[in-house]
Amino acid sequence: MMIPPGSALALSGSMAVAAGLVGAFALMRRMTLAGDALSHVALPGIGVAIIIGINPLAGALVALIGGAVLIWALERRTRVSTEAVIGVVFSAALAVGALLATGEQLIDALFGAPRTLSSWELAVGLTGALAVIVFILVARDRLVLLFLSSDVARTVGIDVQRLGLLYLLAFALTVALGLRFLGALLMGSLIIIPASTARQLARNLNQMLGWSVGVALLATLLGTWLAASTRRETGPLIVIVAALCFTVALVVRRR
Amino acid sequence: MTLPANALEVEHLSVEMGEVEVVRDLSFSVPKGTSLAVIGPNGSGKTVLFRALIGAVPHTGTVRWAEGTRLGYVPQRLDLDRTLPVTGEDLLMARARLSSATRGDIERVLTRVGLAPAILEKAIGTFSGGQFQRLLLAFALLGDPTVLLLDEPTAGIDEPGQERVTESVRRLQEEGVTVLMISHELNVVVRFATNVLCLSREHTYYGVPRQVLTPELLARVYGEPVALYVHDDSPG
Repeated sequence: MMIPPGSALALSGSMAVAAGLVGAFALMRRMTLAGDALSHVALPGIGVAIIIGINPLAGALVALIGGAVLIWALERRTRVSTEAVIGVVFSAALAVGALLATGEQLIDALFGAPRTLSSWELAVGLTGALAVIVFILVARDRLVLLFLSSDVARTVGIDVQRLGLLYLLAFALTVALGLRFLGALLMGSLIIIPASTARQLARNLNQMLGWSVGVALLATLLGTWLAASTRRETGPLIVIVAALCFTVALVVRRR
Repeated sequence: MTLPANALEVEHLSVEMGEVEVVRDLSFSVPKGTSLAVIGPNGSGKTVLFRALIGAVPHTGTVRWAEGTRLGYVPQRLDLDRTLPVTGEDLLMARARLSSATRGDIERVLTRVGLAPAILEKAIGTFSGGQFQRLLLAFALLGDPTVLLLDEPTAGIDEPGQERVTESVRRLQEEGVTVLMISHELNVVVRFATNVLCLSREHTYYGVPRQVLTPELLARVYGEPVALYVHDDSPG
């Protein structure tokens, strides 16, 4: 079934809004490196899905949810050495994924392949992005308290374990949403770079969320247009636009 | 005279972190409206005790808060990166919305801790140590707490800042809030605490400040002589 071009744009736009919102809270949670590593875990999921003949993105989503639950479980036990474990486990996942998916499949999985989009993917993608956006906006105050101090959040009556897990699942879902545009290697960048850019420009939390969403949208839409105009891969161009925004923000801030 | 009911009763509380028993068989109670100072050398389990009291770490024994207790907690360390563009208003509004407090309530708690409303617009990274502690105190007060747990609220801030923080806490005590405070400032403890809980690796000491804070006991707990100047205006 043919998908109208506007629908693909709506999907990439909503994915960018979700990435901008999730990224701002990823900075608060100090999980920029862990978040980037988490996006790599999609690769073995894609590899297994290709081997058993199901939709690669479904495989990626299952692997990402597994990765999110793993981070959550590790942090529940102790914060000591969590970063090291995440680094080792998720780098190993990247290596396993590279063995499972080969050739053009591997390149698509690593850097994204936005040309193929089914109506099923469109519907699931839009629903997923909307779910992430609504979650972040509804849980915003509780997330601020959780990342301010989980002990303070607990005394306010927040179920810190549940909220922490829900945030990680929202992060994993956002990565899954962006895989077809940016791939397992680059999607983490669309979550982290716009938020880091916003950090340079914003004076309060509202501005930080606004800038983060704005930069993620600009990078996604401009990157997609540049890719179509120059017949290049979309993912790298999105990340390059985001990185340029970050550089400009650094210069603006220093003035 | 009838004794006030207890805000907190702790019986045989023990906390293990890995193989180490950080808090061992601790029992004490805190009457409503009084203040308990928790002192002891580094590593004696003061913060772990507080985290056990709020249910943040697994423990054995009993922790019983009075019915209807609302906790306000000011931790020693925050998880949040203070260089982020987050203002005082961002933090207080997030807390206020969760307890249906209004903008007016925020201004009232700022007054109670001696902060001007202009502080709301400032990024938390630009706050002095004392201002930030009082912001956290205001944050805790937004939940209209019956009990405040303060983990070293005056640590790492200059003397005028310490004075303003301790003055704010003293005023809250006068308003009837029960206060549990970890402190290294023994002179502050002597002036404000109703009772002192002194933790050490070997023993636990509990009583009124003048009983517990003797030079001999402090030297035994801290392993070295501790200077303590008790002013004439101190209670107890």
